Amino acid sequence: MNDDVTFLKLRINGEPRAVVFPAHHTLLEVLREECGLTGTKHGCELGECGTCTVLVDGRPVLSCLVLAAEVAGRAIETVEGMQDGNDLHPLQATFADLGAAQCGYCTPGILMTAKALLAENPRPTEAEIRAALAGTLCRCTGYHKIIQGVEWAAARIRGENWTPPDEVFYGDRLPEEAEP
Amino acid sequence: MAEPLRKPEPPEPARDTHLIGKPFRRVDGRAKVTGTTKFADDLAFARMVYVRLVRSTVPHALIRGIDFSEAAKVDGVLGFLTGKDVPEPFGILPVSQDEHALCLDKVRFVGDPVVAVAAVTEDAAYEAAWKVKVDYEPLATISGIEEALATPEPRIQDYGDHGNVHKQVSMTFGDVEKGLAAADEIFEDVFFYEGNTHLPMEQHATVAVPEDFERVTVYSSTQTPHYLHRALTKVLGISASRIRVVACSNGGGFGGKSDPFNHEIVAAKMALKLGRPVKITLTREEVFYCHRGRHPVLMQMTTGIKKDGDRVSITAQRLRTALDGGAYGSYGVASTYYTGALQTVTYKMPAYEFQGVRTFTNKPPCGPKRGHGTPQPRFGFEVHLDKIAVKLGIDPADLRLGMLAEPDTVTANWLRIGTMGLKRCIEAVVGGSGFRERWGKLPEGRGLGLACGSYLCGAGLPIYWNHMPQSGVQLKLDRSGCVAVFCGEAEIGQGSDSVLAAVVAEVLGISLGDIRLCVADTDLTPVDLGSYSSRVTLMVGNAALQAAERAREMIAQAVSQQLEIPQNRLVFAERRVFDAADPDKGLSFQDAVIAAEARFGTLGTTGSYIPPRSPGRYRGAGVGPSPAYSYSASVVEVEVDPATGLWNPVHVWIAHDVGKCINPVLVMGQVEGSVYMGLGEVMMEEQVFRRLPRHLSGALVHKFPSVLEYKSPTFEDMPPVTTYLIEEPDPQGPFGAKEVGQGPLLPIMPAVANAIHDAVGVRVDQVPIHPHMILKGLQAKAQGAPARFGPKAFPEIDFGETLLVPTPDEGGDGTAINDYREKLRSGMRSSAGTMMTREEALQKKRLAALTTDLKGA
Repeated sequence: MNDDVTFLKLRINGEPRAVVFPAHHTLLEVLREECGLTGTKHGCELGECGTCTVLVDGRPVLSCLVLAAEVAGRAIETVEGMQDGNDLHPLQATFADLGAAQCGYCTPGILMTAKALLAENPRPTEAEIRAALAGTLCRCTGYHKIIQGVEWAAARIRGENWTPPDEVFYGDRLPEEAEP
Repeated sequence: MAEPLRKPEPPEPARDTHLIGKPFRRVDGRAKVTGTTKFADDLAFARMVYVRLVRSTVPHALIRGIDFSEAAKVDGVLGFLTGKDVPEPFGILPVSQDEHALCLDKVRFVGDPVVAVAAVTEDAAYEAAWKVKVDYEPLATISGIEEALATPEPRIQDYGDHGNVHKQVSMTFGDVEKGLAAADEIFEDVFFYEGNTHLPMEQHATVAVPEDFERVTVYSSTQTPHYLHRALTKVLGISASRIRVVACSNGGGFGGKSDPFNHEIVAAKMALKLGRPVKITLTREEVFYCHRGRHPVLMQMTTGIKKDGDRVSITAQRLRTALDGGAYGSYGVASTYYTGALQTVTYKMPAYEFQGVRTFTNKPPCGPKRGHGTPQPRFGFEVHLDKIAVKLGIDPADLRLGMLAEPDTVTANWLRIGTMGLKRCIEAVVGGSGFRERWGKLPEGRGLGLACGSYLCGAGLPIYWNHMPQSGVQLKLDRSGCVAVFCGEAEIGQGSDSVLAAVVAEVLGISLGDIRLCVADTDLTPVDLGSYSSRVTLMVGNAALQAAERAREMIAQAVSQQLEIPQNRLVFAERRVFDAADPDKGLSFQDAVIAAEARFGTLGTTGSYIPPRSPGRYRGAGVGPSPAYSYSASVVEVEVDPATGLWNPVHVWIAHDVGKCINPVLVMGQVEGSVYMGLGEVMMEEQVFRRLPRHLSGALVHKFPSVLEYKSPTFEDMPPVTTYLIEEPDPQGPFGAKEVGQGPLLPIMPAVANAIHDAVGVRVDQVPIHPHMILKGLQAKAQGAPARFGPKAFPEIDFGETLLVPTPDEGGDGTAINDYREKLRSGMRSSAGTMMTREEALQKKRLAALTTDLKGA
């Protein structure tokens, strides 16, 4: 076992953090253990589930595949940094309202990935949302409420006063045959 | 969105709901999107240390010895545990207490835990675990159902019905022979459903913290804190009052966190040994070894069909199932019964025979996954019906609509059906998909398939026999106006916290923000049996309803007296208690509580729920009964490439009879999530095993215990879903609500198989459906052979004597006519295991009654 220890200054959610950690520890481990930022989750240890996604200089990165030592001086964003004061980020608000977070375990990774998408593409099509999020797995939702949450948040960020149609909240309208 | 509130229309506030039935933000929504929800692995305590498990590298072997010498030298190692330190067996079911926290003398599958290592850092614990050397004496390995049936020795477990057969059941409801004889045509099919696993995104984790008075608190990712509490009490040998289990929010469960697990017990034992907080978090590989997922099931279905004009009816059905249970019991006895129990609740079935067998194999234990034991026979049944419709030239929707079970009836196997919305479900998906116009008429490579399903709203009986409530809720109210709600239910993502809060808020006319929840804490909350069998909305909801109505009654009395308003005119809404006749006359909810506290003293109420007793009284009647049943129907459209066999779901129409939506947006989430998981099972998911080459020990190992290789659907794989929420309010459910967490998964797999047949004329009688299976079917078709891929035959199994249970229509009383005192029963089973005739059985019963009387005299 490698006993080398690294001392680093990281910039996480705009705040300076001085951390000491075993040199081989990943960004994921340092965020969760050294920094106590447990919002970022782990799900597979091999960069397949996307649960550990954080933003480094605005780009989604799998923190389980990055050594913390590699991101010294870079801007690291985690789910803990999404809120504006006590107000939720539009993505957080729409996810909460649509039940796009069920167990909520994959949610931080998906939120960060979606945030990066909307930063470079404020008006993504459904296909673009699916493609951007395809690297993150969710076992609860079937993905639809997440896609709708991203579309709704995108509209809010664009300053449009749009809410998803009733079908998104109440289910689809029954065809004639089904009317009792 | 803001919590919807609308002015009630007096004088009938009871008819109106301000919260129930409307979409609202789940009560844990904010915590989950801000990353502040505390999952078990997010917990940290001062002086906390880490535990790793040394797991077996061989599938079946005796433990000759364990060498700790190298491991002990690792810097930071604090201690070890072996089976001898925790020898007491445990298991979720009282009838299969076959697990040990750490293996005593024998390992039964690759991944079976043998040693626990504690160290100051996780790295040191890993390193020490690698350096523990276990010396194994290999035993023959049993890899599947047929092998287990054919190989009684060596026995993987030293209990069970015989050899490597864990459980064998045979039950006959009504006169099946007569029913089959009366049929115009008899259809028979053999199906296979491969095993698959839950793959919750959260890996199981447990933190155990020792406390004063030799107490220990166990925080864990468990769906069933109460059952874990019982297992810990048994294995640790300390009184239940000294053990506190707190179920953290689960990062997904799906049934995979319903058993008490080795690592949970080891963490508690190690914490008590070291006197320090102990954490263990499983790796993804270990989660595949915990498993408890879908049983691989081989099925044979024989159904008698009568046809009068376009009217088709089932005269009788015989179902045989064989389950690959893995190395331990888990829920397996219940799973075995569940492969037969719910065949009768969707379509009229006057006579029914079920025979099931569960085998032990050297693989991780199977258990309950979403749908617990019912998706396998449901897949078979719905594909079977599709074949019957095609053969008889009848529209599959009409076939089903013509034979639907009736609401408010009792089935041949004595299940009481309440409300039944299947007709509306079928009409919704058939209408929405244009099934009648398009089925059988789409171009080659495109197809539509229809299937249905039904599921429990909570198991009618608890896992261990007792007369106590299955769910309890306590309310504490005081002058602050805050209502504290205490309940043992476990939030696993399904929204149980939101159901609990919404029911209380609805009854008291307050907002969700006025409620504080305290859940899943065995020290602080009244017992709820846990988040399994789709029981929470109905059972917790009813307990919460009772507790809230009792609180409402006390408040109403006090307000009525203070404001001199007749109690029956008081309305609880908009955080006020007011006069229905004069809405301006009233008190704020807080002032109303103050009035009640002044009048009655400290305020607290409780609510309990016990399901109604089932009419079934025969052995095995405990599995299947439920206060209510949900119903689902689905049409799936697929596209299939005949050149490659590659197929994709194009669109899914799903309708689910949820009774009444507590929160429609969360109900939709459960329906869409079920559709997704069902598609995963039929498209790609499988928990399968392979033998290593001889030079690598030839061991039976998991084919791919990683998220990379265990394929599950991504954003790109999920098709559009049209979701119809059907409401047939059931008097047994709170506000009429039924379950939604599991039922909508059931029709998906068979609907896909039926759609693939519609697309290319190939029957794939197994799950998952891989492209090569479709190609094999097309090749067979090209050579004039049956265009089918699937198991050839069902093994010859001697099921012994069958229980003979007369049906309600036959005037039965819910008991078996040949099941009475054990001595006589064993005496009457012929050596060949051939079944007795009904006459013989009745004769013996009279004899037994006689001898009993003589004994009594």
